[in-house]
Amino acid sequence: METIKLTINGVEVKVNRGTTVLEAAQAANIYIPTLCADPDLEPYGSCRLCVVEIEKIRGLPTACTTPATNGMVVHTETPAVNEVRRTSVDLLIANHPMDCLTCRQNQQCELQQVTAHLGITERRFPRTDQAFPVDTSNPFFDLDRNYCILCAKCVRTCDEITGINAIDLAFRGYSARVATFGDKPLIESTCKSCGECMVRCPVAALTPKETRRPIHEVKTTCPYCGVGCQMYLGIKDGQVITVRGDRDNEVNGGHLCVKGRFGIAEFVHHPERLTNPQIRKNGKLAETTWDRALDEAAARLGQYAPNEVAVIASAKCTNEENYVLQKLGRAVLGTQNIDHCARL
Amino acid sequence: MTNTISDVGDAAGILAIGTNTTEAHPVIGFEIKKAVRKGTKLIVANPREIELVRHADVWLRHRPGTDVTLLMGLCRVIVDEGLADASFIAERTENFDSFKESLQNFDLDSVAQTTGVPRKKIDEAARLYATNAPAAIFYAMGIAQHSHGTDNVIAVANLAMLTGNIGQPGSGVNPLRGQNNVQGACDVGALPNVYPGYQAVTSEAIQKKFEAAWDCSLSAKPGLTTTEIIDAAHRGQIKAVYIMGENPVLSEPQARHAEEALRKLEFLLVQDIFLTETARLAHLVLPGVTFAEKDGTFTNTERRVQRVRKAIEPPGDARPDWWITCQIGRKMGDRGFTFTSPPRIMEEIARLTPSYGGITYRRLEKGGLQWPCPTTEHPGTPILHTEKFTRGKGQFVPLEYKPSAESPNNQYPLLLTTGRSLFQYHTGTMSRKVKGLNVFLGEELVEINPRDASALGIADSDVVKVISRRGEVTAKAKVTAVSPAGVVYMTFHFAESPTNQLTNPAIDPIAKVPEFKVCAVRIEKKDTRLD
Ligand code: SF4
Ligand code: SF4
Ligand code: SF4
Repeated sequence: METIKLTINGVEVKVNRGTTVLEAAQAANIYIPTLCADPDLEPYGSCRLCVVEIEKIRGLPTACTTPATNGMVVHTETPAVNEVRRTSVDLLIANHPMDCLTCRQNQQCELQQVTAHLGITERRFPRTDQAFPVDTSNPFFDLDRNYCILCAKCVRTCDEITGINAIDLAFRGYSARVATFGDKPLIESTCKSCGECMVRCPVAALTPKETRRPIHEVKTTCPYCGVGCQMYLGIKDGQVITVRGDRDNEVNGGHLCVKGRFGIAEFVHHPERLTNPQIRKNGKLAETTWDRALDEAAARLGQYAPNEVAVIASAKCTNEENYVLQKLGRAVLGTQNIDHCARL
Repeated sequence: MTNTISDVGDAAGILAIGTNTTEAHPVIGFEIKKAVRKGTKLIVANPREIELVRHADVWLRHRPGTDVTLLMGLCRVIVDEGLADASFIAERTENFDSFKESLQNFDLDSVAQTTGVPRKKIDEAARLYATNAPAAIFYAMGIAQHSHGTDNVIAVANLAMLTGNIGQPGSGVNPLRGQNNVQGACDVGALPNVYPGYQAVTSEAIQKKFEAAWDCSLSAKPGLTTTEIIDAAHRGQIKAVYIMGENPVLSEPQARHAEEALRKLEFLLVQDIFLTETARLAHLVLPGVTFAEKDGTFTNTERRVQRVRKAIEPPGDARPDWWITCQIGRKMGDRGFTFTSPPRIMEEIARLTPSYGGITYRRLEKGGLQWPCPTTEHPGTPILHTEKFTRGKGQFVPLEYKPSAESPNNQYPLLLTTGRSLFQYHTGTMSRKVKGLNVFLGEELVEINPRDASALGIADSDVVKVISRRGEVTAKAKVTAVSPAGVVYMTFHFAESPTNQLTNPAIDPIAKVPEFKVCAVRIEKKDTRLD
């Protein structure tokens, strides 16, 4: 691929042709504020925070929609640029709740980050209150339109990434809002609850109902279907509390479906989990120790001829577990009666 | 899959047959829809109006059980119109002439009649698939779960070879495996006829190799499949069964028979994370752990071996399944079960399984590896059959239409087909424990076309009885045109409405997959006043 050179804030940057000015800056670790850009979505250019000055180009183009060209000279922090950004953010925060300390998105909010970057400390426009009811109908996440900045990331995600098109931007002016078909609650819409919109929302308009934050994360593979999505389990107090898609792999590139994203913690920590071996006594299952259970297993399995026993392994267990079980069946029980539920 | 998920976007054409991808493989569904958005042509062949239909260029709504006819019809159009890839056929395949001859039995007007798909659509789909290369075929249990499932799979392969759609990015024949590690369980030998790596139990050389490795003597006769094990238990031949993490009481066809069979056992050992319907019948229940509490690997539908990592401690005294099995092996006096951790087990798998030969935990730290991966230097194989087929040349196989084992009649006038929902998983052991998922689908719904429903006086949400030759099941009706007239649809996720008490245990003679996708039923409105 052809590489080109451009200069951003006096730094020379080399990128592949086809890269946008925003991506070139990000590659060189130069921060340009944005609220509607996302690496998985097509450039949109609506928040107008990524405006920059480019020598020999008139006006203030948006970095997310402008392709980088050879020899281009870009300035990302000029007074003119910052004045436009400032006005855009002033308008965005005019009606924003600004209860940051108790907000679900506190410290993860991109609006907070942008406001801090621009050094904004007060509202310049008077607040015109308009309270929307919060849509809590989805069991896993809420839609609170009072926080929404109309960046359309959710709408674009549900179109470009999931192809489900459950939501759209509806109405104009002050009533503009993210809406389902017929303006129904999410649960009555065609939403499949994948949460892809939620992870991209820059503010607290789309947030998970689980508000705790993990202490550390462990990368693993989703236990639900044959796609094998790579994910991070977020752990706190010895419990799985969050799941996040891993962006750096070729299988799912960060995407997850409803089962992977929201369907794990509850079954893993379910009170009905088996916690002790149980043995049938007088027709009833009763708890026993591992020693007795394993002795019983070995003694009973050992009583039968190869054509009288069978093992059924599991499409849900690991390769290693299936391997040792088929080995036990073959090498110890002497049988080839080994299968799992592949066909079912 | 012969190809990878990441090259779905390279396909110029996609045929999705017998797969409800957006429900059963949601993230692959995303990729297919993304490709369509960028211009890929999509052909959906499915009796039901699944979500992908909305994104399709052509929808072939064929009658359940007529896949072979439909696929042969597509081949016929391609050959008749000169759209076949002659050089691929000449260089990479054999037996084309007799295949071509067999197409004469598929007169396109009778294909239209058998499948119920208008001829114009068959023509259109064939042209679309043949002229948009590379083209990929995706299929799932809708192809496999028939008494002639092997023929269906061959028909898919014929179509791909006919157009040379094998071996490049964006092409291929891509079966989508349902459960998370069904691919891996097969790979490591949890099958009655093969050792790990699909090495035949009937081969003397292979038998010797495993006898030496495991220090034992082994039988050269293939064993019984799950369905056959259940039958043998019912007859009293099989007396003891060790089940790990499966719930055949719900997943087997004719599930009541499966339950009776397990009750007859002298010894049933079930190892699971919950007291499943099957575990309730056991003499000994051993508590295993979830994926979050153990190390290991799963192999996904594109043959990619990936790490599972322990993130938390198990509850109570539950133990990893590999540990439990190893302890039993040791107690039975075998020295081959001294593994101290899953990576040690993988070392033995790699030693004995050529396609896994190069897989080590150290390498997997950097990301998954797609088999065949024969050596530790080998980068893995994203696309199969790039230069030749496993057997050398690809074999065209002439086929004929075989009707499903059961067809509707006066007594059982409707055809029942089964599938999966996005919001539940298999027999529900895990997903039904998640309240939020039950909000989306918390009970079985029998999908029935408005025409059939009104003929039977059934309204949406009425409680109905679905009755087959093998049993009856009660569930609520969902009146919807998603299912065509004459066809009803259910999932098998719910113990309260055990759909598999209805399904037909007739199996494909080679793959031994039961015919879950077609059985004859009748529906009666349940008179709630009498209960
Ligand atoms: S959760 Fe998924 S389906 Fe629902 S609106 Fe968001 S992106 Fe769309
Ligand atoms: S809900 Fe979030 S992502 Fe959607 S438009 Fe509003 S702020 Fe943007
Ligand atoms: S997140 Fe969804 S699509 Fe991905 S592996 Fe899990 S169940 Fe399958």
